[in-house]
Amino acid sequence: MTFGQLPYDVAHLLGGCMLLLSFVLLYQRGVAAVVNIFAAQGAVLAAAAAWQGFVQGAPQLYLTALIAFAAKAVLIPLALRILIRRLDLHRNVEPAFGIGPSMIAGVALVALAILVVLPITAGSRAIAREDLALALSVVLLGMLMMITRRNAILQVVGLMSLENGLILAAVGVAGMPLVVELSTAALVMLLLVVAGVFVFQIRERFDTVDTALLDPHRGERP
Amino acid sequence: MLLGMPLPWLLVFLPWVGAIALALLPKERPAALLNIGVSALSLLLALGLLAVPEGEQGWTRVDALNIPLLLLGFLIGLTTAIFSAGDIAAERFDVLRLRAYHAAFQGFMGAQALALLADNMGLMWVAIEIATLASVLMVAVHGTPPAIEAAWKLFILCGVGIALALLGTIFLYLAAQPFVGHGDSGLSWAVLQELAGQCDPGVLNLAFVFLLVGYGTKAGLVPLHAWLPDAEAEGPISISAVLSGLLLNAALHAVIRAKAIVAAHPGTVPPGPYLIGLGLASVLLAAFALWRRHDARRFFAWSSIQHMGLAAIAFGLGGPAANLAGLLHMLGHSLCKSAVFFGLGHAARRRASQKIADISGLIATHPGLGWGLAIAIGAVAGLPPFALFASEYGLLTEMVGRHWWLSLPLGLGVLVAASAKLHTLQLLCFGERLPDVAPPPGAPAWTLVPLWLHLALALVLGMALPEAARALLAAAAGIPG
Repeated sequence: MTFGQLPYDVAHLLGGCMLLLSFVLLYQRGVAAVVNIFAAQGAVLAAAAAWQGFVQGAPQLYLTALIAFAAKAVLIPLALRILIRRLDLHRNVEPAFGIGPSMIAGVALVALAILVVLPITAGSRAIAREDLALALSVVLLGMLMMITRRNAILQVVGLMSLENGLILAAVGVAGMPLVVELSTAALVMLLLVVAGVFVFQIRERFDTVDTALLDPHRGERP
Repeated sequence: MLLGMPLPWLLVFLPWVGAIALALLPKERPAALLNIGVSALSLLLALGLLAVPEGEQGWTRVDALNIPLLLLGFLIGLTTAIFSAGDIAAERFDVLRLRAYHAAFQGFMGAQALALLADNMGLMWVAIEIATLASVLMVAVHGTPPAIEAAWKLFILCGVGIALALLGTIFLYLAAQPFVGHGDSGLSWAVLQELAGQCDPGVLNLAFVFLLVGYGTKAGLVPLHAWLPDAEAEGPISISAVLSGLLLNAALHAVIRAKAIVAAHPGTVPPGPYLIGLGLASVLLAAFALWRRHDARRFFAWSSIQHMGLAAIAFGLGGPAANLAGLLHMLGHSLCKSAVFFGLGHAARRRASQKIADISGLIATHPGLGWGLAIAIGAVAGLPPFALFASEYGLLTEMVGRHWWLSLPLGLGVLVAASAKLHTLQLLCFGERLPDVAPPPGAPAWTLVPLWLHLALALVLGMALPEAARALLAAAAGIPG
């Protein structure tokens, strides 16, 4: 299966969309906009999983797609929007690292992912290896987002975007056992992270969810 | 429902059923007793593993490598439950926190058992994730700002870590995919190890990098260690004992299993040097960081980083002798470190502080506790005749024989760390005599039993290992390759 055949092209298109949305996540300043883009990425992930289910004839992937859509495109973004309204976070948040440098670092990471994955997977089917390169890029960009953002909600979005890349990799490898179970387990973790942000806020322990404020509690002073 | 299960699954689900029961139990005393009861029953069942034939059954496997770790894990679970029963009044939990604490404790016990028992690498990943979630809950249970910061750090760093481990697991399947076809066997450790020789070495390399970074984060290897000192310093004291005693072992066990798969292919980049590199970095950084700690629990958390580094070096070297030293080191470290945390817990309650300067002069005021803590710290520092001396000696001789130039930084790290621990021992136990701040909590004498029991076992492990146990450990040392 190569370029020019429908299953391959659509899988590529969806994977490429996810990567593009990862870049958009990287340069957005507004917290609300970041949540919207994350919802879009979740929806594309669901479409990619469903497409792989169709191409591979693996009906369990439809379940993965359904769960991804319900949680990542609907529920989590909804919860984050409520949180943003409650916290009054509509202002822009400057990344710790600057937009320009983080975009350059992002491009470098994508190049790294391609250089790492393509040569060593030469024996695998083309659809799997190029999907993996895209998925690894999404994972690395999610990590970069977690590094460059200091705001807790944006870090959580980075973690969730990273996990989107993981699910993309898992559905792209034909015949991978336990995909539904593994993706659900990963999702449970994300739901708890989001719940954690909620709980901290409800208790009003911190005035903001800027993690730099947490540092003074480290207790290393004599 | 539980009765029909095979023994390995029973060991996982018994604690989880206990966790559900404990989540419903609002009274302090019955909950603590039920916690002890569930832990004791789990330990008894775990002893039954010795009679189970080795090999994999479905998604689980029982072999010489995980039997000692499981037995030790459930033993520490029981002693920690006993310690916790004596200490729980001083934690001043409200009803909700009490239920969350006990449920998370047993939930964690079931998850670490599953992580050790799993043959399916996907299942192992899920188990380590559940253990992470339970430990986040245990660390955060007090809800104070430092506890929440520690839990948040644990959550985010280990969240990224286990995400990368999942990616490594996916790559592992990708490598084996042409040979196993569809079905659950594609993630079985035994199948993967057998097929590794035919797999693409490049994909195996990539898988190992992600598995090492992912599970290495949970094992607290430098530079992925940042969550560990905070987590061990902020939760309830009994949690530090299970975190350093069990969670780190479960994570390192996952790294060892991954190494066994990758090393089975002659064409891969050898995984050993990566482990040695991370291990040496952990030992050296921790050795110098130990000198700058003022908080006793943070101090011993850094010591856990150092000991995990030593075990990682041993498994990185490979071969029967070094693997045996590494395994002995994991077992000895769990015993001695949880003994230290039991002693430290009592001391910190009496002085109402966990700063080293505030606990000074313990032997003068509480001879029994003071000497117990002093001996436990000596054991953690690697003094003879305890298990950590035997394993460090074995590791150093093996290192001198194979890469003598690496034994210089290794020896330096071990010496600097040991002297830092002896310095702290001197401050805590023999230093200037300070009066108790808090009135004695009236803890009965039996709450010190776990401390002395661990020291006795560490002594047996170091000096007079029974023949059957020696044979088991020797068989285990052959597994990682």
